[in-house]
Amino acid sequence: MMLAARYNEVVADNQQPAPAGKWAAALALAWIIPGGGHLLLKRPARGGLLAASVASMFLLGLMMRGALFQPQSGDLLTMVIYCGGFIGNLMSGILYFLTIWLGYSQPDVAGHVHDYGTKFLVGAGLLNILAMVDAYEIATGRKD
Amino acid sequence: MPKVSLSHFEASLIFAILTSIVLGTVTKRNDRERIRYAVYCLVCFLGAIFGLSWLMYLGHG
Repeated sequence: MMLAARYNEVVADNQQPAPAGKWAAALALAWIIPGGGHLLLKRPARGGLLAASVASMFLLGLMMRGALFQPQSGDLLTMVIYCGGFIGNLMSGILYFLTIWLGYSQPDVAGHVHDYGTKFLVGAGLLNILAMVDAYEIATGRKD
Repeated sequence: MPKVSLSHFEASLIFAILTSIVLGTVTKRNDRERIRYAVYCLVCFLGAIFGLSWLMYLGHG
């Protein structure tokens, strides 16, 4: 009986959300600077690998002259593609903001290289989301 | 910014390598498992690239 009560207590403790102060800074830094969250949490090797991978993918996307998405409304498919693409771009953090501030504006043109470039730009943001989730899990103690 | 022009294979290979590195880094709990998982992901990507390429080639007639 006591063991069951203790088990319920432990399970309830584990289900408590971690306080935001514990993970918010790492998560925000992981978004703004890819790999930055891991550096803040003293995981420099993993942070370096993530930063190199995300930045390489983003820069290759730019060098292939990929297009950046702008949110558009209309039918459901258009909205999902353009809003999803925009969120994917935005998740690259400083790489995306620098690109916009420096005036990069590539129209969406036909051609497989441009098309791969567009996918690389979104892919970089999606990889950074994975890095952010990892930083969150490290910050909350769910992972080493 | 220099412009690069990659073939389908080169672009997919670079995408596979970078994605495998990130998947290996974020999913496992120690370095040995991370390397194994990254290699596993890369092999899966390569399998999908070659498999789908042959499928499209043969399906195209």
